[in-house]
Formats: sequence, structure tokens, C-alpha cells
Amino acid sequence: MDNHYEMGLDALQQKLLLMASHVETGVNQALEALLQRDYALARRVKESDRVVDHFEVEIDELVIQLLTKAPLATNLRLVTAAMKIAQNLERIGDEASKIAKHAGELAQEPPVRIHLDLPGLAGLVLEMLKGALDAFVHRDSATARAVIPRDRQVDALNQEIHRQLVQQMMADPQTIGRCLHMMVVSKSLERIGDHATNLAEDVVYLCEAQDIRHTGAKGPALV
Amino acid sequence: MPDISLPKIVPTEQKTGEPAGRQPLITVDQLSLYYGASKALKNISLSLGERVVTAFIGPSGCGKSTLLRCLNRMNDLIDNVRIEGAVKIGGHDIYSPEVDVIELRKRVGMVFQKSNPFPKSIFENVAYGLRLHGVKNKSTLETAVEESLRNAALWDEVKDRLHASALGLSGGQQQRLCIARAIAIKPEIILMDEPASALDPIATARVEELILELKKDFTIVIVTHNMQQAARISDYTAFFYIGELVEFDGTTKIFTNPARKQTEDYVTGRFG
Repeated sequence: MDNHYEMGLDALQQKLLLMASHVETGVNQALEALLQRDYALARRVKESDRVVDHFEVEIDELVIQLLTKAPLATNLRLVTAAMKIAQNLERIGDEASKIAKHAGELAQEPPVRIHLDLPGLAGLVLEMLKGALDAFVHRDSATARAVIPRDRQVDALNQEIHRQLVQQMMADPQTIGRCLHMMVVSKSLERIGDHATNLAEDVVYLCEAQDIRHTGAKGPALV
Repeated sequence: MPDISLPKIVPTEQKTGEPAGRQPLITVDQLSLYYGASKALKNISLSLGERVVTAFIGPSGCGKSTLLRCLNRMNDLIDNVRIEGAVKIGGHDIYSPEVDVIELRKRVGMVFQKSNPFPKSIFENVAYGLRLHGVKNKSTLETAVEESLRNAALWDEVKDRLHASALGLSGGQQQRLCIARAIAIKPEIILMDEPASALDPIATARVEELILELKKDFTIVIVTHNMQQAARISDYTAFFYIGELVEFDGTTKIFTNPARKQTEDYVTGRFG
């Protein structure tokens, strides 16, 4: 039924999807800037974060408008989940911006001769983000649940990169500055994994009305 | 005070899975009600807990007010009504022939949609039920009237004009006076049929606050068309549709994640 309230909910959903699309593009471009050492692209990503911030404000306004009409059942879950999803997306946008900033710095300095699996970490994180967003679009809680345990892989890979960078800094103090940039990038990717996990948990709540945060009931352990 | 002819409430064993609150005080068992040939309630079974607020919701004509009126046999006053099944309060069938209906209605009070104060003073409105039940002592009456008006959150507004006409009160005050009148005779259960639907938001908030206070001492069943009101004040919610009980569960469950699609569609405004 196309009543005014449903139209408001549709507008909220569309805005969230648009915001998610901007955020996903931002993360992808930040990583491209890092891997391709593309200073100009890194700057563009940083500047585009304002768009994401603006989306968050707009979504919060819409959520408050919809809450004044006292939604119930799935409508209530969508409206409350939307606020949390927008917040997580905004933070992912911030991390993309941070990656872009450090990518820009690294692009202006000579590369460090070290084999780090930053592309692998980036790939994992992007898959998590895509999985969480697809789960939201399709209201698919199984896909959302599948995202959550992958965060442990991300954490492990981040720790491994951290360990390698510490070794590199001890072996060649000339590279400390650049290694610190890479450490921040790796940590940012790990944080994006955390936010993607939060998004997936919000989608599970939206679909199942079940709050799985902090319950240990998030999904199967990784082998 | 005359003896109450119904036995004292005996807690019955709570059935597994039924959201009856602390103890099931009211048990409706396979209840059907007919207006002539038309079946207005269809095999309703549910248990309502003691000292909790239960809301009945559903679109107009779904049978929620009819069921409410079954709980103190108000439907007896309507011609051509026939019921099947049982309504038990404290385990005793209120439709059994030996039940004194006047005494039943003393135990199960009612507040209606439209406030209906008697054209008497504020004091006499509250004292009316007590006088009817034989209370004559002036100081007993005064104490009971004050206590009831305090419990109905009306005392401070009317204490200086107790002998003025009740008809001079505002709509919200009149409704709280009716609640004071209902609780003066110390019922165990108060039935409320859309008690705030004719009130402005401030008067509605007062009545809702009052209901939350009253549930410390009384078991309350309320019929409401206002979903948000049900969400604000009730512990349990029963959703009815075309004479059937579709879903009965904790209010939070009903309003965040109802099990039945019909309930979901109704509470989200897709029909009704």
C-alpha cells in the first residue's frame, strides 16, 4: 500500500542505498590510490567524504521525522536500524578518508621494499562490506550472518601486517615514517571490517528482530 | 459491607507458553459469542495475568469490545446474545448460574469510552457504588472517596469542590472521576473500553499515567484503537480480527516482531 508513511520509508531506504554506494566507492578508490600510488585520486577521496557526512545528517533527519509518527514492527526495526547503519557507513567513510590521506603521503615518498598483504586485507574487507550491503538490500539475514565470522580473518591479517611492519622498522629505521603510514592504513581496514560486522548485525536485527551483538551467537567459527 | 458471593481468587497453574503475567487471573476458554445467528467471537482462548495491563487491539468489528464485555457479563444486557465456552476468574466460571452478577461487576469494574458521570456531586459519584453496597457511615465514605480520588490522580484538582456537580469537570477529569468511581468499590479487575479516545493529549497522558499506577493494585484490560497507547501502557497485547484471536503475546514482541502477518499488517497500518 502506497501510503505516505511507506513513501517515507522508501525514501529512507533509497538514501541509505545511495550513501552505501558512495561509501563503497570511497573505500575502493582509497585502496586504488594506495596500491597505484595515485596522489590525485587520494585527494579526491578525502574531499568526497563530505558527501557521506551530509548523507548521515539527512538520514538522521528523516529517521527523526519517521519516529514522530511512531512506527511499529518491521517499520520500527527499519527506522532504528537505518540510524545505526548510517552511523556505521559514515565511520567507514571516515576510515576511507584516512586511508586516502596516508595513501597520499605514501605516494609522495619512495616505496618500501616489503611484501605486505595489504591487497589481501583490502579484498577481505571489501567483501565483508559488499556482503553486509547486499544483505541489507535483499533483507537476507543468512548473507549478513555469513559476513560476521570473517572479521576474525581480518583481525588476524591486520596483526600479521602489524608484526611485519614492526620488524621492518627495527631493521631499517629509515622506513619508520612510511611504515607508520602503512600501519594506520592496515588498522583502518581492520576498523572497516568492524563496521561491516556492525552493519551485518543491524541487518540481522532488521530481518529477524534478534539482537546478536555481544551474544557469541553470530555465526559458525572459521576453520 | 455485604459478602462477596464469588470465592477468593485462587491462583491457577500457568499454562506453558501463555503470556499470562504473574498468575492467570482471567481464563477465557473456547469462548464463542453469537448476536442472533451472527458469530461475533470465535473460539477465543487466552489467559490474562494478575496485576498486569492487557490491551485488546484490532480493527472495528473485530470483537475486542465484545470480549471485554464478556468479562463482567455486560453482554447479558443485550438481547439475543448467546455464548459458548467459559470465562473463569480465579478458576471459577462467571457464567455459572449461581454467580451473582451484581457482585461479579463489583469485582470486575468498567470504564467506558465516553465518561458518564452521574448528574450528582463529585463526592456522590465516587460514593455511589459504596452506598449501593450498603456503606452508610459518613467518615468511612469520606475516607473511601478521598482515597479513590487520590488513586485516580484527581484529588488535588477537586478537593475544594467535592460537592459541586461532576458535570462541571473537564472531559479528562470526568474520565478520571469515572475511574475513581470504579476503584472506590475495590474491584480486582478494571475493564476499560477506549477510555482515552475522546480526550486531548494531556488528559490522555494523565489517564495513561494513572493506568500504570493502578496496575500495582488492579488487573487492567483495555480496549484501544491507539497502537502507541497500547505500546505505552500494556504488558501484554492481544490482536483480534473478525472475531478471532490472531495473536497474543508480550506487548514489546507484538509491536517489534509480531509472529503473524495479519498482526504485522495491522500494526504497521497496512489494513484496518
